[in-house]
Amino acid sequence: MKDEVTREERVDNLKGMGCSRKRVEDARFTQGKGNYVDDVKLDGMLFGDFVRSPYAHARITNIDTAAALEVPGVLAVLTAADLEPLGLHWMPTLAGDKQMVLADGKVLFQGQEVAFVVAEDRYAAADGIEAVVVDYEELPVIVDPFEALKSDVILRPDTVDENGKAVDGAHGPRNHPNHIFTWEAGDKDPTEEVIANADVVAEEEMYYHRTHPCPLETCGCVASMDKVNGKLTLWGTFQAPHAIRTIVSLISGIEEHNIRVISPDIGGGFGNKVGAYPGYVCSVVASIVTGKPVKWIEDRTDNLMTTAFARDYWMKGKISATPEGKITGLHCHVTADHGGFDACADPTKFPAGFMNICTGSYDIPTAYLAVDGVYTNKAPGGVSYRCSFRVTEAVYFIERMIEVLAIKLDMDAAELRRINFIKKEQFPYTAALGWEYDSGDYHTAWDKALKAVDYDGLRAEQVQRVADFKAGKTRKLMGIGLSFFTEIVGAGPVKNCDILGLGMFDSCEIRIHPTGSAIARLGTISQGQGHATTFAQILASEIGLPADSITIEEGDTDTAPYGLGTYGSRSTPVAGAATAMAGRKIRAKAQMIAAYLLEVHDNDVEFDVDRFVVKGAPEKFKTMKEIAFAAYNQAIPGIEPGLEAVSYYDPPNMTYPFGAYICVMDIDVDTGVPDIRRFYALDDCGTRINPMIIEGQVHGGLTEALAVALGQEIAYDDMGNCKTGTLMDFFLPTAWEVPNYETDYTVTPSPHHPIGAKGVGESPHVGGVPCFSNAVQDAFRAFGNTHTNMPHDHWRIWKTANEMGLHD
Amino acid sequence: MSNKMHIKLNVNGKAEEFLAEPRELLIYTLRERLNITGPHIGCETSHCGACTVTIDGKSVKSCTMFAAQADGKEITTIEGIGGPDDLHPLQEAFKEHHGLQCGYCTPGMITRATKLLEENPNPTEEEIRFGMAGNICRCTGYQNIVKSIQAAATEMNAAKEAAE
Ligand code: FES
Ligand code: FES
Repeated sequence: MKDEVTREERVDNLKGMGCSRKRVEDARFTQGKGNYVDDVKLDGMLFGDFVRSPYAHARITNIDTAAALEVPGVLAVLTAADLEPLGLHWMPTLAGDKQMVLADGKVLFQGQEVAFVVAEDRYAAADGIEAVVVDYEELPVIVDPFEALKSDVILRPDTVDENGKAVDGAHGPRNHPNHIFTWEAGDKDPTEEVIANADVVAEEEMYYHRTHPCPLETCGCVASMDKVNGKLTLWGTFQAPHAIRTIVSLISGIEEHNIRVISPDIGGGFGNKVGAYPGYVCSVVASIVTGKPVKWIEDRTDNLMTTAFARDYWMKGKISATPEGKITGLHCHVTADHGGFDACADPTKFPAGFMNICTGSYDIPTAYLAVDGVYTNKAPGGVSYRCSFRVTEAVYFIERMIEVLAIKLDMDAAELRRINFIKKEQFPYTAALGWEYDSGDYHTAWDKALKAVDYDGLRAEQVQRVADFKAGKTRKLMGIGLSFFTEIVGAGPVKNCDILGLGMFDSCEIRIHPTGSAIARLGTISQGQGHATTFAQILASEIGLPADSITIEEGDTDTAPYGLGTYGSRSTPVAGAATAMAGRKIRAKAQMIAAYLLEVHDNDVEFDVDRFVVKGAPEKFKTMKEIAFAAYNQAIPGIEPGLEAVSYYDPPNMTYPFGAYICVMDIDVDTGVPDIRRFYALDDCGTRINPMIIEGQVHGGLTEALAVALGQEIAYDDMGNCKTGTLMDFFLPTAWEVPNYETDYTVTPSPHHPIGAKGVGESPHVGGVPCFSNAVQDAFRAFGNTHTNMPHDHWRIWKTANEMGLHD
Repeated sequence: MSNKMHIKLNVNGKAEEFLAEPRELLIYTLRERLNITGPHIGCETSHCGACTVTIDGKSVKSCTMFAAQADGKEITTIEGIGGPDDLHPLQEAFKEHHGLQCGYCTPGMITRATKLLEENPNPTEEEIRFGMAGNICRCTGYQNIVKSIQAAATEMNAAKEAAE
């Protein structure tokens, strides 16, 4: 048979790895035909909503639901007393603590769930909520974690013994009733010794404020208990549907095969949708009680006030160096405010996530980290907001410490980074705090970035600007923000990463259809990352069938193989690897079929783009399409019919994407308004699957970084009132505030990943926050600034300028 | 005694008539009563624009308008802008230029952009950014949304010219 199509055309036809394939998801989304959880409608469906506590700390002396039950349309009101006989008034958290599903005698934060009103529709539920009478007795409120550790007020009486002494927690001894854990990494004494004897030591305290992932779609679910079949179906905004199924089974006692969890389209997650929330439990119970499907959807205020805050780390650092700037030691202590319950979403053995990546991209010989978790009267959470577990905090810490050290040394911060980078030949590199970095080429990336923005030119311009400012010729300062980050993503190796005992592998199952198209199902779930597009590209390259002929399905636990879901940039490193490995199993079988069809030995055929060819005789070949057909239509001796494969991938290591970001900003000292003139972002995420999607991820991650650095926060007053419960007060940048970004890349493939990919979704957030923050701080360096805390909103920037006497 | 109101709307060219409580919000009417689920809810306080529809030629956030206030009016939602057989150039452009990720903001974004381009067929980037500032996207960082709208404008202007 004569082949009219060139090899190049055959490659293009696959739309495999490396091409900017347009997204298959977009047709339905652009036509308003997405299917998000609030679009799920079932016959007779009821709506549930919470009575929430107006107080941050109070005893509940009585809950009267009688009047609420009289409200037209209200069917039931659940309280802790109703859940207690089922053992569901508390639930385990992902962090080894437990959390009240409904207030059990007291409340610990404003907005806490007190009762669940189930009604025919949202309006009736709202009326019912108004009619529930709760008697509260206010208790002293603690919103400051340092005060919590000194206070006699015991926030969690359930965690102390009869003498009021803290009992050991999931992560070891607790030294105060409001203390949750101490977690350490590295060598304490040697680090302290190095720092005590160092020529140069820079110290800084910084607060990484509390914020919130705030995806545009809030959390929600629909629970439907089919009493006839004994099956529970749960639709919801779950970033980890399989884990949710297991958790629901463990806490409800319903056998896992009788639970089907479905994550439909998800309107953004960013970490908000990893955890298990009281709304899920109450919906399930309400469906069992009423025999009807029950929907629960958070409103925006519920979302901001109760589910999944991020950060809230008080970090204290010391960094030592030689007079030439070679770093010799790093010391970090964190006081972590976890709110009323420890509900952080981290791998079980890592109560402070991967904060021990805080040595960053630098070759630091000695380091020590200690994190103390603390209870306060704030909402629980502690999720990884667009980052791997606590990596944003770690990178912010080290990228600020570098700047502070540069000031101390009176050195250029770009040069200080350069002389301390881990060198290319040092990889794989074992850091002082334990991680083995798989690969990197930091110097190349840094030089490329500095050159792209004409770094020396920018610094010269800045010097001139300071002179002009002092001469009264301008009221605008110029800040140059630098950041070089190393992420740690793709959790993770089952040997050290699990969530509630579930190993953090992931999975892919492929079925090739007789006519040469396919369906692949994965244990992950897209929240906008475009999995249906990119996973098909990986497969196309691996199995030689066009991406357009491959359907990707995720999020239905009845059909998809078990996996731990999508967060911490783990989809590409883990499920992407599983996809490639499953594809390779398909290919191995296809090879045998091809050899049989071509009447040669298995070893005499080789894979070429979309076919197997006889070695040395490329005119003799069988395409994957032909092979697929043969797999279902021919009896082949010694080979089972069909063409399917499944792979469960346990990654041997994490992956370590990195990048170099530079931001140039002009700051009006009289208004405090920063104008981002330029933002350059170089990312190295290893092998690039779809450049268009990578770029989109970078734009989005940087914008979320801009938000966090320049204004977004969850703030409380002394009474524990959340001051930022609506989008009026909680900053989400609009198109007007956001600049255009320049993107760039280098490619350093991961040596242990089947296709060399590392993951990218979170890098821009991780690297972006310190970059924006450093730009603001750098603008004031010439006037004596070493550090000011984020968020750098207009008021705080103005205040900094004012405190420095720039308004005099 | 019922305090319900008699409301008539025209939604995407279809006449609708029903009784509703005065407090019923238009987004609720669309999503729950009429099963038009393209417009989404992101905040219910007029900040995010996920619920944007067009009412009598103006972009409106349907989460903060009562159904009763829309009585007698013509409403267009994303479903009325284009479907599988007659995609609007903006729908095409958003796909082509990666103007969306999770898709949650997209119906409101595109609905708003149709009005923007009607009011100003040749917007500058600045005018697009200003004109779209009522619609929040958490995923894209807006850069590709701006690009999509620019591309659609070019496309629509070329089509108009060709038709003249
Ligand atoms: S839901 Fe209407 S503006 Fe946000
Ligand atoms: S695409 Fe997700 S909010 Fe815009």
